[in-house]
Amino acid sequence: MRVIFKIWRQESAASKGELRSYEIDGLTEDMSFLEALDHLNEQLVLKGEEVIAYEYDCREGICGQCGVFINGRAHGPHDNMTTCQLHMRSFKDGDTIVVEPWRATSFPIIKDLVVDRSAFDRIIEQGAFISAKTGTAPEANAIPIPKTIADAAMDAAACIGCGACVATCKNSSAALFTAAKINHLNKLPQGKAEQHQRTKEMTWQMNEEGFGSCTFTGACEVECPEGISITNIAEMNARYLKSKVFG
Amino acid sequence: MQLDSKIPEGNLEDKWRNYQVKSQLINPANKKKLNIIVVGSGLAGAGAASTLAELGYDVQCFCYQDSARRAHSVAAQGGINAAKNYQHDGDSVWRMFYDTLKGGDFRSREANTYRLAELSAPLIDHYVQQGVPFAREYGGVLVNRSFGGVQVQRTFYARGQTGQQLLMAAYSQLYKMIRAKKVKMFPRSEMMDLVVINGKAKGIIVRDLVTGELKRYAADAVVLATGGYSRVFRLSTLAIGCNGSAIWKAHKRGAYFAAPSFTQIHPTALPQSSEAQSKLTLMSESLRNDGRIWVPKQQDDNREANDIPEDERDYYLERRYPSFGNLAPRDIASRAAKERIDAGYGIGRLKNAVYLDFKHAIERFGLETIKDRYGNLFNMYKKITGIDAYTTPMLISPAAHFSMGGLWVDYELMTTIPGLYAIGECNFSDHGANRLGANSLLQASVDGYFILPNTINNYLAGALKEEHPNTNHPEFAKVENEVKQHLDKLLNINGTKTVDHFHRELGKIMWKECAMSRNKIGLEDAVNHIENLKEEFWNQVKITGTGNGFNTELEKAYRLADFIELGVLMCIDALQREESCGAHFREEYQTEDGEAVRVDKEYAYVSAWDYDNGDFKLHKEKLKFENVTPTVRSYK
Repeated sequence: MRVIFKIWRQESAASKGELRSYEIDGLTEDMSFLEALDHLNEQLVLKGEEVIAYEYDCREGICGQCGVFINGRAHGPHDNMTTCQLHMRSFKDGDTIVVEPWRATSFPIIKDLVVDRSAFDRIIEQGAFISAKTGTAPEANAIPIPKTIADAAMDAAACIGCGACVATCKNSSAALFTAAKINHLNKLPQGKAEQHQRTKEMTWQMNEEGFGSCTFTGACEVECPEGISITNIAEMNARYLKSKVFG
Repeated sequence: MQLDSKIPEGNLEDKWRNYQVKSQLINPANKKKLNIIVVGSGLAGAGAASTLAELGYDVQCFCYQDSARRAHSVAAQGGINAAKNYQHDGDSVWRMFYDTLKGGDFRSREANTYRLAELSAPLIDHYVQQGVPFAREYGGVLVNRSFGGVQVQRTFYARGQTGQQLLMAAYSQLYKMIRAKKVKMFPRSEMMDLVVINGKAKGIIVRDLVTGELKRYAADAVVLATGGYSRVFRLSTLAIGCNGSAIWKAHKRGAYFAAPSFTQIHPTALPQSSEAQSKLTLMSESLRNDGRIWVPKQQDDNREANDIPEDERDYYLERRYPSFGNLAPRDIASRAAKERIDAGYGIGRLKNAVYLDFKHAIERFGLETIKDRYGNLFNMYKKITGIDAYTTPMLISPAAHFSMGGLWVDYELMTTIPGLYAIGECNFSDHGANRLGANSLLQASVDGYFILPNTINNYLAGALKEEHPNTNHPEFAKVENEVKQHLDKLLNINGTKTVDHFHRELGKIMWKECAMSRNKIGLEDAVNHIENLKEEFWNQVKITGTGNGFNTELEKAYRLADFIELGVLMCIDALQREESCGAHFREEYQTEDGEAVRVDKEYAYVSAWDYDNGDFKLHKEKLKFENVTPTVRSYK
């Protein structure tokens, strides 16, 4: 299988980038998309060129480190899938495949397809935790949590932090990411004590980082590899209001 | 050096309590004067970093990923074991201890394994408090499920994403302490070497993976929580970045390496589909509850699976192990698959797989029930292979998975270098020669949250009286310079072959000779082959780009250089152990029907290797069994 990759190359955040074309042969349909890029990089090394920088780690869709724009879509042509789960069988022989980094002011480019998503960590830092020290826990079954609540918390907690929601949003909003974490913890009895403060501080930090506002286009839930629902954002907004009134 | 495991006095049940009663304390005002480096941010690393910070220590935590949340603990699917006995099915700490010791084929310490079981119950309490949404009953109590090698239900889980949920809790707690300014986090930072001053670990040299800059960090103690090294096989279930470099560098600085050849091959991963493949995706062990494993009875059978009639199928696990059948433990199931594949019965385009078939389960329980039980795994299978496993059997194959071996540690989790600790998968302690399913999340967490924060005081109480380490010490300059020369040397080779080429070659040798089945001649050959490969690597590898900046080829190259050396030691370790135990199967030591023959009289010890200028010297820590009698594992 032969394809033409058009890949965004950019030396650093400060330098100017451009799309460059690479024709590559010898691919198979069984190869994952990232393995096709690995293959391309090996060819570049043999030619003495610098390799393309892109991110990955687990390559099984759970660590959240991979993520690029492929032909204009976050994580490629399929809904609810990570870049590492995409395979070349989704493309045709001779296709041109455009590969770009996540585009968002709050995710500055480090190199080529690699961006800095530390803004997410800083949102987490503002309250995505339960203030309890190791060694202070009561018996696990002491506080019953009905299955419906545990399941709903798990639905929200499934977020892998890849940033596709931000990248695909026309406003570069991090509302889905932030909402998922707030809702996960605020739903659970253990998270109730700090719920209002958590909501206020995490949403404040989200704005501080320069992410845009949510206008409910629903683009994020289409790309989210974990299928986290946009209703989480509505729930976060309700929690925000509640925190203003009761917090 | 005489290895002292520092097992406390007393009955097995009392040892950990006795230890805590007698261990030293440090007053809170002094704790903040003490600085601890933690390398790695998975369950062990993040757990240790946050807990040490809560106790008042000044902590610096490093990870190579872009965020602490990516650590490979994230990928564990099935669950975490704990002796809670919530199912009222006769579980206890003792039973869990015995299952783990037996599962490891009696090649781990009684006291360590008992402590693992003992601390499992409070760990579940801890994670619930931190907001882990474990599976629950409608009434609100926690649910359990079964896992391989065990007859009670003691596995707690959060869908098929247990590792992710535990890691999110650990990462949250870590960021709570980062916000409190008690932990300083350094993502995209890779430990390049350990700095040892006057025989004690006093700091590390780190490469900033974005700028390429080498940086020095000093501390009163260094904790390694850097995970497993099964990427030595190249194709494994591990993340691509997982590596053995931190522990290998520590080994070369004096830390003994224990049982390096004990690596677990998982029976149910997706098969390799091409030479270019980078990773083998794991399919949860839980599938073997309902799936039946088979190959055609005829060699090189090219018919579609569904065209092969029932009487021409060989359900080889059920045939060989009638009492355990498809639920035989991992080491057994993997070897049995290899035996069939090697004998020419493998299926798939590369003839390297076996079938995992749900046809009978679907007939018996209905499609909806199977979808409910395994839906997410079938979806994952479809995403990766494009095949619908509800209508045609899955193709699965054994893959390198967990490393039971690692840096030798005593009961306090300290290595043979004073002040250097190893926690989680990177140490050798609790799993012996084979790890049971759902025990890895447990061990990483217990080491990080409960054990290390208690045991490190004994060492740090002494460190208080010493001069605080300083990066201006000449040893830091010396080690940094050695790292720089090492990197320059790699960059200047400018040969004709890629790093991946050498990694594939290493992987092939290791997989052929030092994986599921090993023999003397093969292992000796492997050592020679790897030595040749090493020489070729240092003459022929080609890395483009420079050391001053983001360079993934350079990262891969220095990790591979260490894997090559580690590969040699793994083969040497497998050679010296002239018995079969757990995951270590020596072909010379088997019964007539192909089962493992353990030789307790001579090999009931932990091998611990001392690095000596390229040579390895063996030390033996005798394993004493005072509370249980080692028996022959049989699954017939």
